[in-house]
Amino acid sequence: MDTYSALRHFADSWGLLLMFLFFLGMVIWIFRPGSKRTHDDAASIPLRNDTAPAAARVPEAPAQK
Amino acid sequence: MLNYIKLIVLGVVALFALIAANYARDVAYMVNALTIFLLAAGLFLWTLRNTDEPVPARVRELSYMDDVVRAGVIATAFWGVIGFAVGVFIATQLAFPALNFEWAQGLANFGRLRPLHTSAVIFAFGGNALICTSFYVVQRTSATRLWGGNLAWWVFWGYQLFIVLAATGYLLGATQSKEYAEPEWYVDWLLTVVWVAYLLVFVGTIIKRKEPHIYVANWFYLSFIITVAMLHIFNNLSIPVSIWGSKSVQLFSGVQDAMTQWWYGHNAVGFFLTAGFLGMMYYFVPKQAERPVFSYKLSIVHFWALIFLYIWAGPHHLHYTALPDWASTLGMVFSIILWMPSWGGMINGLMTLSGAWDKLRTDPIMRMLVISIGFYGMSTFEGPMMSIRAVNSLSHYTDWTIGHVHSGALGWNGMITFGALYFLTPKLWNRERLYSLSLVSWHFWLATIGIVLYAASMWVTGIMEGLMWREVDANGFLVNSFADTVSAKFPMYVVRALGGLLYISGAIIMCYNLWMTVKRAPAIEAEAATAHATPAE
Repeated sequence: MDTYSALRHFADSWGLLLMFLFFLGMVIWIFRPGSKRTHDDAASIPLRNDTAPAAARVPEAPAQK
Repeated sequence: MLNYIKLIVLGVVALFALIAANYARDVAYMVNALTIFLLAAGLFLWTLRNTDEPVPARVRELSYMDDVVRAGVIATAFWGVIGFAVGVFIATQLAFPALNFEWAQGLANFGRLRPLHTSAVIFAFGGNALICTSFYVVQRTSATRLWGGNLAWWVFWGYQLFIVLAATGYLLGATQSKEYAEPEWYVDWLLTVVWVAYLLVFVGTIIKRKEPHIYVANWFYLSFIITVAMLHIFNNLSIPVSIWGSKSVQLFSGVQDAMTQWWYGHNAVGFFLTAGFLGMMYYFVPKQAERPVFSYKLSIVHFWALIFLYIWAGPHHLHYTALPDWASTLGMVFSIILWMPSWGGMINGLMTLSGAWDKLRTDPIMRMLVISIGFYGMSTFEGPMMSIRAVNSLSHYTDWTIGHVHSGALGWNGMITFGALYFLTPKLWNRERLYSLSLVSWHFWLATIGIVLYAASMWVTGIMEGLMWREVDANGFLVNSFADTVSAKFPMYVVRALGGLLYISGAIIMCYNLWMTVKRAPAIEAEAATAHATPAE
């Protein structure tokens, strides 16, 4: 079989299946029970560390008081 | 020690550029070589004067690297106005061909200026917006300073050099005639080096992040960087005719070349203008609304669905060509399925405002972000519709396509970039607020009315054109000649130029507003400012 046919055959059989399973696995994974807390935490990432990196905040906090 | 290596490299580059300028086979190549010579020689002198001078203490890891983001904000606004100005001019040229001046033939006629406009707005304005916001966002959401120190500056200046070389090359006729991939081989090589550095800085920052999770905006940015690298390399596989000339020959030919080009072209839309800007949406909309994104789960599904689907949509640019039917059907089907992730993302962005819709009344920046998401939804509805073969037979090669592109580019990319610039400027220059909110409102309305005029006139002229081209009389002869459609389009072309004029007026007002914000707006109170690790410059 020439390269084109081999690749074409792979793309619409195993390749397609792998990508579909990956997608399905991703959806199942994010809707797994108990994932809400992780996602709520991740969603609030932009709302913290606005002015300085995380490591820098800790020693600075007492200096202000 | 590093300075001595720099001096050697700069000296060699300057010498080589001079030799190249001497042997140059065409003007574009010579001008580009001289540009590189001047730059390398200038940097050589500058480095020489600073060599063996005392080195300032190393920057602490305690602060974000924001000076490169500030430079990016300035570059975005600057290139934006340039790109819009060229756009308005070529729109006027189409309405009034006399503006293709005789004395400027071969330099400033429509054919030379059109790629200058598209590259200036997509790569110079959009690209700088993406680079500077991605540097800002990845630092905040990873809670760490940019990786790689001055490598970020190389990304910034290297990218500006790429823009200048490409732009001067276009005007002097260096082009490989691939839409949105016009730059010739040596400019492509430069961009590849810059882009690898960009990827390193971005991934390096993600790797040393302090947050356990990689925020979804960074996923979108990263997919944009990786995919653009892949697209850029494959679509620019070409062999230079001579190292002393700008001309190169493509590796692929015929329909393979066309397919590679539109695989590139559509994913430039999908990953440059969509995925990258969605990264902006997932950061700036929650920030401006001061609440987390509507559904984080939906954002993950949005990401993977978009990534898996977009890459296949390219063949819809080649309906009714030498491309095999199955390939064009594949492109059409995937384009239509794209409706779902696109609208999922739009809903996610809009619903982030649920419970805070009142902000639309009081906050013109929020209004700008929301209308950009609205335009995203509109153009991702229009696009799949136009990719259906039957619709495409009417719309293809007409102005409808141009209208569609501009409702996406001006509405979605432009508006969300303006919103991000309005958000970033006070933060980066340590100002309490913007200079004037009413000027933001002026910008908002000028830009919105401009887009409406643009899109509406292009719908009318596009559909009219498509219908005129296919009109046959009772004997089966075509009724209209091509020139008939051109003259019928004149009033719509004037309206389109007017829409562009309104849009650029808004952008100039924005530049004034941002400038005055830095110059005049009250600084954040001294006490609060000490809490910032980076003081104002």
